Amino acid sequence: MSAGTYTPRPGAAPLPRMIAAQTALETRMLLRNGEQLLLTVIIPTLLLVLFSAVDIVDTGAGASVDFLAPGVLALAVMSTAFTGQAIATGFERRYGVLKRLGASPLPRWALMTAKTLSVLVTEVLQIVLLTAIAFALGWSPEGNPLSVLLLLVLGTAAFSGLGLLMAGTLKAEATLAAANLVFLLLLVGGGVIVPLDKFPDAVQSVLGLLPVSALSEGLRDVLQHGASMPWAQAGILAVWAVLGLGTAAKFFRWE
Amino acid sequence: MENEPVVQVSGLVKRYGAKTAVNGLDLVVATGAVTAVLGPNGAGKTTTIETCEGYRRPDAGTVRVLGLDPVADAERLRPRVGVMLQSGGVYSGARAEEMLRHMAKLHAHPLDVDALIERLGLGDCGRTTYRRLSGGQQQRLSLAMAVVGRPELVFLDEPTAGLDPQARRSTWDLVRELRADGVSVVLTTHFMDEAETLADDVAIIDAGRVIAQGSPEQLCRGGAENTLRFTGRPGLDLGSLLKALPDGCGAAEPLPGTYRITGSIDPQLLATVTSWCAQHGVMPDGISVERHTLEDVFLELTGKELTGKELRA
Repeated sequence: MSAGTYTPRPGAAPLPRMIAAQTALETRMLLRNGEQLLLTVIIPTLLLVLFSAVDIVDTGAGASVDFLAPGVLALAVMSTAFTGQAIATGFERRYGVLKRLGASPLPRWALMTAKTLSVLVTEVLQIVLLTAIAFALGWSPEGNPLSVLLLLVLGTAAFSGLGLLMAGTLKAEATLAAANLVFLLLLVGGGVIVPLDKFPDAVQSVLGLLPVSALSEGLRDVLQHGASMPWAQAGILAVWAVLGLGTAAKFFRWE
Repeated sequence: MENEPVVQVSGLVKRYGAKTAVNGLDLVVATGAVTAVLGPNGAGKTTTIETCEGYRRPDAGTVRVLGLDPVADAERLRPRVGVMLQSGGVYSGARAEEMLRHMAKLHAHPLDVDALIERLGLGDCGRTTYRRLSGGQQQRLSLAMAVVGRPELVFLDEPTAGLDPQARRSTWDLVRELRADGVSVVLTTHFMDEAETLADDVAIIDAGRVIAQGSPEQLCRGGAENTLRFTGRPGLDLGSLLKALPDGCGAAEPLPGTYRITGSIDPQLLATVTSWCAQHGVMPDGISVERHTLEDVFLELTGKELTGKELRA
């Protein structure tokens, strides 16, 4: 390199360009990671196909896919916004990525915006894939797509808050273990593949307050039963979103 | 503006719980120079640098970087300052070239990424993910990330730790090129040869304070005396030799025919000694100069070696 190569010419790139670049990078990191793909794509797909085709769990009246598809969509949102984001962000914090980006021209709020956009991009890919598979399995959804969209957005906000809270406060290894455990527990107890009414009444009312139950039950009310807008579930998700994002904002540690 | 210091730290105190990492530290860094912050592990180098980078909030004292407060004015400062962390800072699944291109995209007028990769010898591992890079490759990528945005000032925290001699030299060359192009460089190191050959200005830091600052020459001169030795025929007239030497020098013949001159040894003094020998028909043999190194200076100032080993009780 010749003389004058390094002559200072500092400056931040325009914000939209920085956010677009960061979103693209975050999404590539996510799609390149094998364990992440297992959680976000393979497990939801397998559950949808397996439980629709084989009568393992009694899913009530009607085709099992009509019960399962909304639950698996809720699971997909949880796997990306909560589990995947918690684990990835936890390790980024551990390896100094968040610290190093903190010294770059990218503002922190722009980094969080990019992370959110990357979660949304991934969710769109998941939903397209799972919806196509569900249709192939004979799914016949009902209801208002806008209600579905609102529930998905609220669910994403709720899970992101909880995932970031975990990533920003626990050690990376603890986040890895806890996020996977929570994923498993909520998969079983959150109305995803096992209807909540299979549980005793007392347990049922507590489980119904979990974000994944609220999301899967809400989606089911719309997509399976044609309800216009399940306000109770939307309210539960909104409360989780406010609590999760609020505490994450307060306690998140960048290093 | 030209002569305004790029970094001005005064009375900096930083504690972590009960431990005081930095204890009333003062440091002024000149524009356009390479400044080395030299000290043993745990002396407070990284804490000082990271306070300048805006990562730490001072418990007392003030820090100004390019005239700005690193915490309050972070958004304005960040595009102008390049940062190389001591370790990490890259997504473990990101490829070397991908990460560098990404950092370039965050800046308005970045360097040519291909040329920078070539310059730092990262061409062979551009497609390799960060976690599979060797320690030295990770260091060079981190350095590239610090300079790619064409900053006015770069902070390099132990830039050559873990590098082989060739990579070390290549990093030194890059630092010199940065200086030649007008970039101010602040680096931490615990290698005294690095500070001595690379830096215009050295701040020696111990137990959270700057205990000496100056050019390597000044620091080495400022410490105890240097020594010049030669051999010749025994019984030379030391009184006459002393008269020829500048004030404050000493001359002795510890063994017959072995002479030792102590004082500030510079080229002028060497010339004085050899011309005195010529006048007296003496052929001085085995002339050697023992110059004090920064290591000696550090030892005298702190009673410790740079490795942190205690020599005094």
